[in-house]
Amino acid sequence: MGGRTLYDKIWESHLVGERADGMSLMYVDRHLLHEVTSPQAFEGLRLAGRAPWRVDANLATPDHNVPTVRDERVAGVDGIADEVARIQVQTLDANCRDFGIEEFGINDVRQGIVHVIGPEQGATLPGMTIVCGDSHTSTHGAFAALAQGIGTSEVEHVLATQCLAQRKSGNMRIVIDGALRPGVHAKDLILAVIRRIGTAGATGHVIEFTGPAVAELSMEGRMTVCNMAIEAGGRAGLVAVDDTTLDYVAGRPLSPSGDDWTAAAANWETLRSDPDAVFDREVRIDAATLSPQVSWGTSPELVVDIDEGVPDPGALDDPIKAEVASRALRYMGLEPGTPMTQIALDKVFIGSCTNARIEDLRIAAGIAEGRKVRVPQAMVVPGSGLVKRQAEEEGLDQVFIDAGFEWREPGCSMCLAMNADRLYPGERCASTSNRNFEGRQGHGGRTHLVSPATAAASAVAGYLADPREIAA
Amino acid sequence: MESFDIHRGLVAPMDRANVDTDQIIPKQFLKSIRRTGFGDNLFDAWRYLDEGDIGKTQNERQFNPDFVLNAARYQGASVLLARDNFGCGSSREHAVWALMEYGFRCVIAPSFADIFFTNSANNGLLLIVLDPGAVDALFERVASPGFELTVDLPSQRVTADDGTSWLFDIDAERKQRLLSGLDDIGLTLACAPAIREFEAQHRRRAPWVFQP
Repeated sequence: MGGRTLYDKIWESHLVGERADGMSLMYVDRHLLHEVTSPQAFEGLRLAGRAPWRVDANLATPDHNVPTVRDERVAGVDGIADEVARIQVQTLDANCRDFGIEEFGINDVRQGIVHVIGPEQGATLPGMTIVCGDSHTSTHGAFAALAQGIGTSEVEHVLATQCLAQRKSGNMRIVIDGALRPGVHAKDLILAVIRRIGTAGATGHVIEFTGPAVAELSMEGRMTVCNMAIEAGGRAGLVAVDDTTLDYVAGRPLSPSGDDWTAAAANWETLRSDPDAVFDREVRIDAATLSPQVSWGTSPELVVDIDEGVPDPGALDDPIKAEVASRALRYMGLEPGTPMTQIALDKVFIGSCTNARIEDLRIAAGIAEGRKVRVPQAMVVPGSGLVKRQAEEEGLDQVFIDAGFEWREPGCSMCLAMNADRLYPGERCASTSNRNFEGRQGHGGRTHLVSPATAAASAVAGYLADPREIAA
Repeated sequence: MESFDIHRGLVAPMDRANVDTDQIIPKQFLKSIRRTGFGDNLFDAWRYLDEGDIGKTQNERQFNPDFVLNAARYQGASVLLARDNFGCGSSREHAVWALMEYGFRCVIAPSFADIFFTNSANNGLLLIVLDPGAVDALFERVASPGFELTVDLPSQRVTADDGTSWLFDIDAERKQRLLSGLDDIGLTLACAPAIREFEAQHRRRAPWVFQP
């Protein structure tokens, strides 16, 4: 028998047993909650007269619906102008209060996008099983935690039982050889992976990202990569523990300390795949061949290099793919052959659980510094109150403001446009978020997924732009 | 959860690959704190010409005459025929609630996204995976008006009126749950002693997980 993968190890160490119907029960260490996918789950608990199994496993924060404009934000929950959104955030507050669940409220400095605050607080630790009613829960896999997005029925199930009823997924390994070149970042890497394997490329599998280029990434970069594992269809993304992981985790509010830390760190050192582990599938990519990536269509697999042109659907052999591409070009208002860098923009969005951490803001500010925004609107939305505070301590807010960016309050914002931050029909945006689906950033809006470097370069160019040329 | 046994219904085609849950139910409807009220907004951005919002009733909307589900011949459809990777993207269970409230009991496609697959199972929406050739054949047949299918979960068979049929695979566990409509949480809570025992061991092995 071969060795075990990292996924095998975490799965086996959380396996409670089998239910009467044969489904496996996996124990859940951490459950993150937000306002959008939890109200029906709490209602279900109440209707059935059930209580949360382990209250302290849960941590909640409002993020999807919160306004990011300071004037609206200062008044707190009651100040949310959109009544339906306000009720949803109030409902989260009430549910957390009623069930005794810790919540970082709307204007708590620790509030932010769930996938930013989990790691920030040390609520995300290596070897944990983590779930949240949000597909981008895969983000936490950067810490060698098995982190999965779940639906609302499962949110209720985890609240009531501290378990998920699952079948084990397959093991997939994506090896990133070589080193990323200057101006090419984690976001470009994961976009290149999805471009290669497609949005269903990892369906039914947990992806472990490994190889020299992954080892070189910061925790922020690894989170960006794992965040979009779901966009490749993966059930979760994982990166093994190394010193970079331990350095990040040490000293966080919920991280162990003293003797506990020593014991935990020794345990976490084992969180890597055995050398003879067997994977069901493997893909290799050479990081050194990658350029900044940009999406041109309405799926995260429809991506080209920034210095390429819009693809021609007529050149595709597969009739279904050609139809998808034609439809995408119609929606995006693009002509085949147009150089990507000649596409003018209406908006630039730097934010989201993919790219709103301090490193992302530093990279973007490095390009924005001393330049002026040439798009009608560009906004920077920090991933959490603590990211915002740190950026302000470093003076990044002023760099952005001087360049003409709007500096907003933390939240999901224009990644999914549930609040007022959005695209209007026909508007085109360079966005550091994760999905370019039709209407994702607003009804009729057109999204180009890019890295923070490319977003900042595009903001100051007014067109999609190659950050390597701006920085030069 | 709604149980599923044998269902006969009109088939509607959704001839696009990678239909994501943002299309199935757009974000503005996710502000609702209820489990119902999503059916009229299924495929909202494709189904209507104007932009929908919570509280806007169907009488105030402009239907898109070119959208397949708006065609007279597909009214009352309860079986959706789809392409690869149906339900990809966001984990929103609202997508399943919208499909079921609209009237779909079953979706047939060559593949589905993982989270959508689980969400469907948890609500009694039967997802049937058929090989791409069979799905192509069904897309050809659905071109004839009034094409219906009988979906027989106990015998794992989809049958057209001319007698042609296709067998499908399904996990024994999921099948049993769909047939019985049993409460998933109740099933797990029957294992409460095992969960407690695991938890106690886990707490000894990894105490840092349990820090408040």
